[in-house]
Amino acid sequence: MSARPMRWFWFSSPHTFFPLAGSIARICALAAAVLCVAGLYVGLFVAPTDAQQGEAYRIIFIHVPAAWMSMFLYVVMAFWAAMGLAFNTRLSGMMASALAPTGALFTFIALWTGSLWGKPTWGTWWVWDARLTSELILLFLYFGFMALKAAIEEPRRADRASGVLALVGVVNVPIIYYSVKWWNTLHQGASVSFTKAPSMAATMLVGMLLMALAFWMYSIAVALTRVRCMIREEER
Amino acid sequence: MARALDAARSLVRRDLLLALRRKSDVGTALLFFVIVASLFPLGVGAEPNLLHAIGPGVIWVAALLSSMLSLSRLFADDHADGTLEQMLLGAAPLGVVVAAKAAAHWLVSGLPLVLIAPLLAIQYDLSASLIAVLTLSLLLGTPVLSMIGAIGAALTLGLRGGGVLLALLVLPLYVPVLVMGAGSVDMAAAGLGAQSQLLLLAAMLIVSLAFAPWAIAAALRISIE
Repeated sequence: MSARPMRWFWFSSPHTFFPLAGSIARICALAAAVLCVAGLYVGLFVAPTDAQQGEAYRIIFIHVPAAWMSMFLYVVMAFWAAMGLAFNTRLSGMMASALAPTGALFTFIALWTGSLWGKPTWGTWWVWDARLTSELILLFLYFGFMALKAAIEEPRRADRASGVLALVGVVNVPIIYYSVKWWNTLHQGASVSFTKAPSMAATMLVGMLLMALAFWMYSIAVALTRVRCMIREEER
Repeated sequence: MARALDAARSLVRRDLLLALRRKSDVGTALLFFVIVASLFPLGVGAEPNLLHAIGPGVIWVAALLSSMLSLSRLFADDHADGTLEQMLLGAAPLGVVVAAKAAAHWLVSGLPLVLIAPLLAIQYDLSASLIAVLTLSLLLGTPVLSMIGAIGAALTLGLRGGGVLLALLVLPLYVPVLVMGAGSVDMAAAGLGAQSQLLLLAAMLIVSLAFAPWAIAAALRISIE
Protein backbone atom coordinates (compact mmCIF):
# COMPACT_ATOMS: atom_id res chain seq x y z
CA MET A 1 0.00 0.00 0.00
CA SER A 2 1.25 3.46 -0.80
CA ALA A 3 1.54 5.98 1.98
CA ARG A 4 -1.18 8.20 0.58
CA PRO A 5 -3.99 6.04 -0.83
CA MET A 6 -5.64 7.50 -3.89
CA ARG A 7 -9.28 8.00 -3.21
CA TRP A 8 -10.56 7.69 -6.76
CA PHE A 9 -13.85 6.29 -5.62
CA TRP A 10 -14.50 8.70 -2.77
CA PHE A 11 -17.32 10.43 -4.61
CA SER A 12 -18.65 7.29 -6.25
CA SER A 13 -20.78 6.60 -3.21
CA PRO A 14 -24.21 8.22 -3.46
CA HIS A 15 -23.89 9.46 0.15
CA THR A 16 -20.76 11.52 -0.42
CA PHE A 17 -21.82 12.55 -3.91
CA PHE A 18 -25.21 13.93 -2.92
CA PRO A 19 -24.04 17.23 -1.35
CA LEU A 20 -21.27 17.68 -3.94
CA ALA A 21 -23.79 17.25 -6.76
CA GLY A 22 -26.00 19.82 -5.12
CA SER A 23 -23.37 22.52 -4.99
CA ILE A 24 -22.05 21.79 -8.50
CA ALA A 25 -25.62 21.86 -9.85
CA ARG A 26 -26.25 25.24 -8.23
CA ILE A 27 -23.09 26.79 -9.68
CA CYS A 28 -23.75 25.33 -13.12
CA ALA A 29 -27.38 26.44 -13.16
CA LEU A 30 -26.27 29.98 -12.36
CA ALA A 31 -23.54 29.85 -15.02
CA ALA A 32 -26.04 28.47 -17.54
CA ALA A 33 -28.45 31.35 -16.91
CA VAL A 34 -25.73 34.01 -17.22
CA LEU A 35 -24.16 32.45 -20.32
CA CYS A 36 -27.55 31.96 -21.94
CA VAL A 37 -28.49 35.62 -21.47
CA ALA A 38 -25.09 36.72 -22.79
CA GLY A 39 -25.21 34.32 -25.73
CA LEU A 40 -28.75 35.31 -26.71
CA TYR A 41 -27.83 38.99 -26.45
CA VAL A 42 -24.82 38.52 -28.74
CA GLY A 43 -26.82 36.29 -31.07
CA LEU A 44 -29.96 38.37 -31.36
CA PHE A 45 -28.68 41.95 -31.07
CA VAL A 46 -24.93 42.14 -31.72
CA ALA A 47 -24.34 39.64 -34.52
CA PRO A 48 -24.88 41.14 -37.99
CA THR A 49 -27.67 40.07 -40.31
CA ASP A 50 -26.57 37.36 -42.69
CA ALA A 51 -26.18 38.54 -46.27
CA GLN A 52 -27.81 35.47 -47.81
CA GLN A 53 -30.18 34.15 -45.19
CA GLY A 54 -31.42 37.35 -43.58
CA GLU A 55 -32.60 37.15 -39.97
CA ALA A 56 -33.69 33.52 -40.24
CA TYR A 57 -30.16 32.32 -39.66
CA ARG A 58 -30.30 33.40 -36.00
CA ILE A 59 -31.89 30.08 -35.07
CA ILE A 60 -28.41 28.56 -35.39
CA PHE A 61 -27.53 30.04 -31.99
CA ILE A 62 -29.87 27.42 -30.57
CA HIS A 63 -29.61 24.83 -33.29
CA VAL A 64 -25.87 24.25 -33.58
CA PRO A 65 -25.12 24.06 -29.83
CA ALA A 66 -28.09 21.73 -29.37
CA ALA A 67 -26.81 19.46 -32.14
CA TRP A 68 -23.32 19.44 -30.60
CA MET A 69 -24.67 18.61 -27.17
CA SER A 70 -26.98 15.88 -28.50
CA MET A 71 -24.02 13.93 -29.87
CA PHE A 72 -21.62 14.76 -27.06
CA LEU A 73 -24.10 13.71 -24.36
CA TYR A 74 -24.53 10.30 -25.98
CA VAL A 75 -20.79 9.74 -25.73
CA VAL A 76 -20.75 10.94 -22.10
CA MET A 77 -23.68 8.65 -21.37
CA ALA A 78 -21.84 5.70 -22.92
CA PHE A 79 -18.75 6.64 -20.87
CA TRP A 80 -20.71 6.45 -17.61
CA ALA A 81 -22.35 3.24 -18.77
CA ALA A 82 -18.90 1.73 -19.39
CA MET A 83 -17.73 2.93 -15.95
CA GLY A 84 -20.78 1.33 -14.39
CA LEU A 85 -20.15 -1.99 -16.11
CA ALA A 86 -16.41 -1.96 -15.40
CA PHE A 87 -16.38 -0.86 -11.75
CA ASN A 88 -19.90 -1.88 -10.80
CA THR A 89 -20.51 1.52 -9.21
CA ARG A 90 -24.11 2.39 -8.55
CA LEU A 91 -23.63 6.07 -9.27
CA SER A 92 -22.36 5.54 -12.83
CA GLY A 93 -25.60 3.96 -13.93
CA MET A 94 -27.49 6.83 -12.35
CA MET A 95 -25.35 9.34 -14.23
CA ALA A 96 -25.97 7.54 -17.53
CA SER A 97 -29.71 7.41 -17.06
CA ALA A 98 -29.81 11.01 -15.80
CA LEU A 99 -28.10 12.21 -19.00
CA ALA A 100 -30.42 10.37 -21.39
CA PRO A 101 -33.51 12.64 -21.16
CA THR A 102 -31.35 15.76 -21.56
CA GLY A 103 -29.62 14.24 -24.58
CA ALA A 104 -32.94 13.30 -26.13
CA LEU A 105 -34.23 16.81 -25.45
CA PHE A 106 -31.27 18.40 -27.23
CA THR A 107 -31.65 15.97 -30.14
CA PHE A 108 -35.27 16.94 -30.45
CA ILE A 109 -34.45 20.67 -30.22
CA ALA A 110 -31.80 20.24 -32.90
CA LEU A 111 -34.30 18.55 -35.22
CA TRP A 112 -37.04 21.03 -34.47
CA THR A 113 -34.97 24.19 -34.89
CA GLY A 114 -33.38 22.61 -37.95
CA SER A 115 -36.72 22.32 -39.65
CA LEU A 116 -37.65 25.85 -38.55
CA TRP A 117 -34.47 27.01 -40.26
CA GLY A 118 -35.03 24.79 -43.28
CA LYS A 119 -38.46 26.14 -44.15
CA PRO A 120 -37.43 29.72 -45.03
CA THR A 121 -33.94 28.78 -46.25
CA TRP A 122 -34.48 25.60 -48.25
CA GLY A 123 -38.23 25.93 -48.68
CA THR A 124 -38.96 22.62 -46.95
CA TRP A 125 -39.39 21.42 -43.37
CA TRP A 126 -37.43 18.25 -43.85
CA VAL A 127 -34.87 16.84 -46.25
CA TRP A 128 -33.30 13.42 -46.01
CA ASP A 129 -29.87 14.91 -45.50
CA ALA A 130 -27.24 12.74 -43.86
CA ARG A 131 -27.01 14.93 -40.78
CA LEU A 132 -30.76 15.20 -40.29
CA THR A 133 -31.28 11.50 -40.79
CA SER A 134 -28.54 10.42 -38.43
CA GLU A 135 -29.78 12.92 -35.83
CA LEU A 136 -33.22 11.32 -36.12
CA ILE A 137 -31.73 7.88 -35.61
CA LEU A 138 -29.79 9.23 -32.62
CA LEU A 139 -33.13 10.31 -31.15
CA PHE A 140 -34.41 6.75 -31.62
CA LEU A 141 -31.30 5.43 -29.86
CA TYR A 142 -31.97 7.73 -26.88
CA PHE A 143 -35.59 6.58 -26.79
CA GLY A 144 -34.49 2.94 -26.92
CA PHE A 145 -32.12 3.51 -23.98
CA MET A 146 -34.82 5.17 -21.90
CA ALA A 147 -37.45 2.58 -22.85
CA LEU A 148 -35.20 -0.31 -21.84
CA LYS A 149 -34.33 1.42 -18.60
CA ALA A 150 -38.01 2.01 -17.85
CA ALA A 151 -39.06 -1.54 -18.73
CA ILE A 152 -36.81 -3.23 -16.15
CA GLU A 153 -37.99 -2.90 -12.61
CA GLU A 154 -34.90 -4.01 -10.75
CA PRO A 155 -32.59 -0.94 -10.75
CA ARG A 156 -29.27 -2.81 -10.89
CA ARG A 157 -30.30 -4.90 -13.87
CA ALA A 158 -31.85 -1.82 -15.53
CA ASP A 159 -28.57 0.11 -15.18
CA ARG A 160 -26.39 -2.65 -16.52
CA ALA A 161 -28.69 -3.71 -19.37
CA SER A 162 -29.13 -0.15 -20.60
CA GLY A 163 -25.38 0.28 -20.17
CA VAL A 164 -24.70 -2.54 -22.62
CA LEU A 165 -27.19 -0.95 -25.00
CA ALA A 166 -25.49 2.44 -24.73
CA LEU A 167 -22.11 0.86 -25.54
CA VAL A 168 -23.53 -1.00 -28.53
CA GLY A 169 -25.12 2.26 -29.62
CA VAL A 170 -21.96 4.33 -29.32
CA VAL A 171 -20.07 1.83 -31.48
CA ASN A 172 -22.86 2.07 -34.04
CA VAL A 173 -23.27 5.85 -34.16
CA PRO A 174 -20.30 6.50 -36.50
CA ILE A 175 -21.25 3.51 -38.68
CA ILE A 176 -24.80 4.84 -38.94
CA TYR A 177 -23.53 8.32 -39.74
CA TYR A 178 -21.27 7.20 -42.56
CA SER A 179 -23.75 4.74 -44.02
CA VAL A 180 -26.45 7.41 -44.06
CA LYS A 181 -24.02 9.86 -45.61
CA TRP A 182 -23.28 7.40 -48.36
CA TRP A 183 -26.92 6.62 -48.85
CA ASN A 184 -27.54 10.33 -49.12
CA THR A 185 -24.99 10.91 -51.86
CA LEU A 186 -26.44 7.95 -53.73
CA HIS A 187 -30.05 9.02 -53.53
CA GLN A 188 -30.24 12.74 -53.24
CA GLY A 189 -29.97 15.09 -56.15
CA ALA A 190 -28.29 18.48 -55.83
CA SER A 191 -31.58 20.21 -55.05
CA VAL A 192 -30.27 21.57 -51.78
CA SER A 193 -26.84 22.99 -51.33
CA PHE A 194 -25.26 22.62 -47.94
CA THR A 195 -22.39 24.98 -48.49
CA LYS A 196 -22.68 27.55 -45.78
CA ALA A 197 -21.66 31.17 -46.05
CA PRO A 198 -17.89 31.18 -46.70
CA SER A 199 -16.79 32.54 -43.35
CA MET A 200 -18.55 33.41 -40.17
CA ALA A 201 -18.46 36.82 -38.54
CA ALA A 202 -16.52 36.74 -35.28
CA THR A 203 -19.54 37.87 -33.26
CA MET A 204 -21.58 34.98 -34.67
CA LEU A 205 -18.94 32.53 -33.53
CA VAL A 206 -18.79 34.14 -30.08
CA GLY A 207 -22.57 33.93 -29.75
CA MET A 208 -22.56 30.30 -30.76
CA LEU A 209 -19.75 29.38 -28.35
CA LEU A 210 -21.50 31.21 -25.50
CA MET A 211 -24.69 29.29 -26.19
CA ALA A 212 -22.77 26.01 -26.40
CA LEU A 213 -21.24 26.70 -22.97
CA ALA A 214 -24.66 27.65 -21.62
CA PHE A 215 -26.15 24.37 -22.86
CA TRP A 216 -23.20 22.52 -21.39
CA MET A 217 -23.72 24.07 -17.97
CA TYR A 218 -27.47 23.44 -18.24
CA SER A 219 -26.85 19.76 -19.01
CA ILE A 220 -24.58 19.35 -15.99
CA ALA A 221 -27.00 21.13 -13.69
CA VAL A 222 -30.04 19.18 -14.85
CA ALA A 223 -28.28 15.81 -14.91
CA LEU A 224 -26.88 16.26 -11.41
CA THR A 225 -30.24 17.39 -10.07
CA ARG A 226 -31.80 14.31 -11.64
CA VAL A 227 -29.13 12.13 -9.99
CA ARG A 228 -29.96 13.74 -6.65
CA CYS A 229 -33.62 12.89 -7.16
CA MET A 230 -32.68 9.29 -7.97
CA ILE A 231 -30.55 9.01 -4.83
CA ARG A 232 -33.39 10.45 -2.74
CA GLU A 233 -35.84 8.02 -4.28
CA GLU A 234 -33.61 5.07 -3.58
CA GLU A 235 -32.79 6.02 0.02
CA ARG A 236 -36.41 6.52 0.86
CA MET B 1 -11.02 -25.24 -28.47
CA ALA B 2 -12.26 -28.47 -30.04
CA ARG B 3 -14.63 -28.92 -27.12
CA ALA B 4 -16.09 -25.47 -27.68
CA LEU B 5 -16.61 -26.19 -31.37
CA ASP B 6 -18.27 -29.49 -30.48
CA ALA B 7 -20.62 -27.65 -28.14
CA ALA B 8 -21.43 -25.09 -30.83
CA ARG B 9 -22.12 -27.81 -33.38
CA SER B 10 -24.42 -29.78 -31.13
CA LEU B 11 -26.22 -26.59 -30.07
CA VAL B 12 -26.88 -25.62 -33.68
CA ARG B 13 -28.11 -29.14 -34.39
CA ARG B 14 -30.39 -29.05 -31.36
CA ASP B 15 -31.89 -25.67 -32.30
CA LEU B 16 -32.45 -26.79 -35.87
CA LEU B 17 -34.13 -29.96 -34.61
CA LEU B 18 -36.38 -27.91 -32.35
CA ALA B 19 -37.27 -25.63 -35.25
CA LEU B 20 -37.99 -28.66 -37.42
CA ARG B 21 -40.41 -29.97 -34.83
CA ARG B 22 -42.27 -26.67 -34.89
CA LYS B 23 -42.36 -25.88 -38.57
CA SER B 24 -45.21 -23.41 -38.26
CA ASP B 25 -43.01 -20.85 -36.47
CA VAL B 26 -40.57 -20.74 -39.34
CA GLY B 27 -43.38 -20.71 -41.88
CA THR B 28 -45.16 -17.78 -40.22
CA ALA B 29 -42.16 -15.47 -40.38
CA LEU B 30 -41.55 -16.44 -44.00
CA LEU B 31 -45.19 -15.85 -44.89
CA PHE B 32 -45.03 -12.47 -43.19
CA PHE B 33 -42.06 -11.57 -45.38
CA VAL B 34 -43.94 -12.54 -48.56
CA ILE B 35 -47.14 -10.75 -47.54
CA VAL B 36 -45.44 -7.48 -46.57
CA ALA B 37 -43.51 -7.41 -49.83
CA SER B 38 -46.70 -8.15 -51.77
CA LEU B 39 -48.69 -5.40 -50.05
CA PHE B 40 -46.51 -2.57 -51.32
CA PRO B 41 -47.57 -2.69 -54.98
CA LEU B 42 -51.18 -2.62 -53.76
CA GLY B 43 -50.40 0.49 -51.75
CA VAL B 44 -48.26 2.49 -54.16
CA GLY B 45 -49.56 1.25 -57.51
CA ALA B 46 -48.23 -1.26 -60.01
CA GLU B 47 -46.40 1.17 -62.29
CA PRO B 48 -43.33 -0.83 -63.46
CA ASN B 49 -40.79 2.00 -63.13
CA LEU B 50 -41.96 2.74 -59.62
CA LEU B 51 -41.73 -0.94 -58.69
CA HIS B 52 -38.19 -1.12 -60.11
CA ALA B 53 -37.24 1.83 -57.94
CA ILE B 54 -38.77 0.66 -54.66
CA GLY B 55 -38.40 -3.12 -55.08
CA PRO B 56 -34.99 -3.65 -53.46
CA GLY B 57 -35.79 -1.33 -50.56
CA VAL B 58 -39.16 -2.93 -49.92
CA ILE B 59 -37.74 -6.44 -49.95
CA TRP B 60 -34.96 -5.38 -47.59
CA VAL B 61 -37.33 -3.66 -45.15
CA ALA B 62 -39.62 -6.69 -45.22
CA ALA B 63 -36.59 -8.88 -44.46
CA LEU B 64 -35.64 -6.67 -41.48
CA LEU B 65 -39.13 -6.86 -40.01
CA SER B 66 -39.50 -10.55 -40.64
CA SER B 67 -36.16 -11.54 -39.10
CA MET B 68 -37.12 -9.42 -36.08
CA LEU B 69 -40.37 -11.31 -35.56
CA SER B 70 -38.69 -14.49 -34.41
CA LEU B 71 -36.05 -12.71 -32.28
CA SER B 72 -38.10 -12.51 -29.10
CA ARG B 73 -38.24 -16.32 -29.04
CA LEU B 74 -34.50 -16.69 -29.53
CA PHE B 75 -33.75 -17.11 -25.82
CA ALA B 76 -37.26 -17.10 -24.35
CA ASP B 77 -38.03 -20.82 -24.67
CA ASP B 78 -34.67 -21.89 -23.29
CA HIS B 79 -35.09 -19.38 -20.47
CA ALA B 80 -38.56 -20.71 -19.64
CA ASP B 81 -37.48 -24.35 -19.27
CA GLY B 82 -34.16 -23.60 -17.55
CA THR B 83 -31.90 -24.75 -20.39
CA LEU B 84 -30.40 -21.31 -20.66
CA GLU B 85 -29.17 -21.37 -17.06
CA GLN B 86 -27.49 -24.70 -17.72
CA MET B 87 -25.80 -23.18 -20.76
CA LEU B 88 -24.54 -20.31 -18.62
CA LEU B 89 -23.18 -22.75 -16.05
CA GLY B 90 -21.77 -25.15 -18.63
CA ALA B 91 -18.11 -25.58 -19.55
CA ALA B 92 -18.44 -24.17 -23.06
CA PRO B 93 -17.62 -20.45 -23.25
CA LEU B 94 -20.79 -18.39 -23.32
CA GLY B 95 -19.62 -16.40 -26.33
CA VAL B 96 -19.46 -19.60 -28.39
CA VAL B 97 -22.84 -20.73 -27.09
CA VAL B 98 -24.62 -17.50 -28.02
CA ALA B 99 -22.86 -17.34 -31.39
CA ALA B 100 -24.20 -20.82 -32.09
CA LYS B 101 -27.69 -19.75 -31.02
CA ALA B 102 -27.53 -16.74 -33.33
CA ALA B 103 -26.22 -18.91 -36.17
CA ALA B 104 -29.12 -21.31 -35.69
CA HIS B 105 -31.50 -18.35 -35.68
CA TRP B 106 -30.08 -17.24 -39.00
CA LEU B 107 -30.35 -20.73 -40.50
CA VAL B 108 -33.98 -20.91 -39.44
CA SER B 109 -35.20 -17.37 -40.12
CA GLY B 110 -32.59 -15.66 -42.30
CA LEU B 111 -31.62 -18.26 -44.87
CA PRO B 112 -35.24 -18.99 -45.96
CA LEU B 113 -35.66 -15.25 -46.62
CA VAL B 114 -32.58 -15.25 -48.81
CA LEU B 115 -33.88 -18.25 -50.73
CA ILE B 116 -37.35 -16.86 -51.34
CA ALA B 117 -36.25 -13.28 -52.08
CA PRO B 118 -35.56 -13.97 -55.82
CA LEU B 119 -39.21 -14.95 -56.20
CA LEU B 120 -40.33 -11.63 -54.71
CA ALA B 121 -37.80 -9.80 -56.86
CA ILE B 122 -39.49 -11.28 -59.93
CA GLN B 123 -42.77 -9.80 -58.69
CA TYR B 124 -41.03 -6.44 -58.78
CA ASP B 125 -39.73 -7.20 -62.26
CA LEU B 126 -36.04 -6.86 -61.38
CA SER B 127 -33.57 -8.10 -63.98
CA ALA B 128 -31.64 -11.33 -63.44
CA SER B 129 -28.35 -9.57 -62.62
CA LEU B 130 -30.10 -7.37 -60.05
CA ILE B 131 -31.76 -10.40 -58.50
CA ALA B 132 -28.33 -11.96 -58.09
CA VAL B 133 -27.02 -8.83 -56.35
CA LEU B 134 -30.10 -8.66 -54.11
CA THR B 135 -29.74 -12.29 -53.09
CA LEU B 136 -26.05 -11.88 -52.39
CA SER B 137 -26.66 -8.74 -50.33
CA LEU B 138 -29.31 -10.57 -48.30
CA LEU B 139 -26.97 -13.50 -47.85
CA LEU B 140 -24.32 -11.19 -46.40
CA GLY B 141 -26.71 -8.91 -44.49
CA THR B 142 -29.19 -11.22 -42.77
CA PRO B 143 -26.55 -12.85 -40.49
CA VAL B 144 -25.69 -9.34 -39.25
CA LEU B 145 -29.36 -8.85 -38.44
CA SER B 146 -29.35 -12.08 -36.41
CA MET B 147 -26.21 -11.06 -34.50
CA ILE B 148 -27.42 -7.53 -33.67
CA GLY B 149 -30.91 -8.79 -32.97
CA ALA B 150 -29.59 -11.36 -30.52
CA ILE B 151 -28.14 -8.52 -28.42
CA GLY B 152 -31.58 -6.96 -28.21
CA ALA B 153 -33.20 -10.32 -27.49
CA ALA B 154 -30.78 -10.96 -24.64
CA LEU B 155 -31.35 -7.49 -23.15
CA THR B 156 -35.14 -7.75 -23.24
CA LEU B 157 -35.30 -11.35 -22.04
CA GLY B 158 -38.27 -11.88 -19.76
CA LEU B 159 -39.53 -8.30 -19.83
CA ARG B 160 -43.13 -7.24 -20.13
CA GLY B 161 -43.93 -6.05 -23.64
CA GLY B 162 -40.55 -7.36 -24.76
CA GLY B 163 -41.50 -7.65 -28.42
CA VAL B 164 -42.27 -3.98 -29.05
CA LEU B 165 -39.34 -2.88 -26.92
CA LEU B 166 -37.08 -5.19 -28.90
CA ALA B 167 -38.17 -3.48 -32.13
CA LEU B 168 -37.43 -0.07 -30.64
CA LEU B 169 -33.93 -1.15 -29.55
CA VAL B 170 -32.92 -3.11 -32.61
CA LEU B 171 -34.39 -1.30 -35.63
CA PRO B 172 -32.20 1.85 -35.36
CA LEU B 173 -29.15 -0.40 -35.19
CA TYR B 174 -30.26 -2.15 -38.39
CA VAL B 175 -29.99 1.08 -40.39
CA PRO B 176 -26.45 0.56 -41.79
CA VAL B 177 -27.31 -2.95 -43.01
CA LEU B 178 -30.46 -1.69 -44.70
CA VAL B 179 -28.62 1.21 -46.32
CA MET B 180 -25.82 -0.97 -47.66
CA GLY B 181 -28.09 -3.86 -48.63
CA ALA B 182 -30.67 -1.89 -50.59
CA GLY B 183 -27.93 0.47 -51.78
CA SER B 184 -25.97 -2.36 -53.39
CA VAL B 185 -28.92 -3.16 -55.69
CA ASP B 186 -29.43 0.53 -56.48
CA MET B 187 -25.75 0.88 -57.37
CA ALA B 188 -25.94 -2.15 -59.65
CA ALA B 189 -29.12 -0.77 -61.25
CA ALA B 190 -27.38 2.55 -61.88
CA GLY B 191 -24.55 0.69 -63.61
CA LEU B 192 -21.97 1.63 -60.98
CA GLY B 193 -21.27 -1.87 -59.74
CA ALA B 194 -22.35 -3.18 -56.35
CA GLN B 195 -18.93 -4.35 -55.24
CA SER B 196 -18.15 -1.57 -52.77
CA GLN B 197 -21.47 -1.93 -50.94
CA LEU B 198 -21.22 -5.71 -50.86
CA LEU B 199 -17.69 -5.51 -49.49
CA LEU B 200 -18.89 -3.15 -46.77
CA LEU B 201 -21.71 -5.57 -45.93
CA ALA B 202 -19.12 -8.34 -45.68
CA ALA B 203 -17.06 -6.11 -43.38
CA MET B 204 -20.08 -5.52 -41.16
CA LEU B 205 -20.66 -9.27 -41.08
CA ILE B 206 -17.10 -9.95 -39.95
CA VAL B 207 -17.15 -7.19 -37.32
CA SER B 208 -20.50 -8.32 -35.95
CA LEU B 209 -19.35 -11.96 -35.85
CA ALA B 210 -16.30 -10.88 -33.88
CA PHE B 211 -17.88 -8.49 -31.39
CA ALA B 212 -21.59 -9.24 -31.08
CA PRO B 213 -21.10 -12.55 -29.15
CA TRP B 214 -19.39 -10.59 -26.35
CA ALA B 215 -22.27 -8.16 -26.11
CA ILE B 216 -24.86 -10.97 -26.29
CA ALA B 217 -23.06 -12.93 -23.55
CA ALA B 218 -22.77 -9.84 -21.32
CA ALA B 219 -26.43 -9.02 -21.84
CA LEU B 220 -27.50 -12.58 -21.05
CA ARG B 221 -25.48 -12.63 -17.82
CA ILE B 222 -27.17 -9.39 -16.80
CA SER B 223 -30.64 -10.64 -17.68
CA ILE B 224 -30.34 -13.90 -15.76
CA GLU B 225 -28.35 -13.50 -12.55
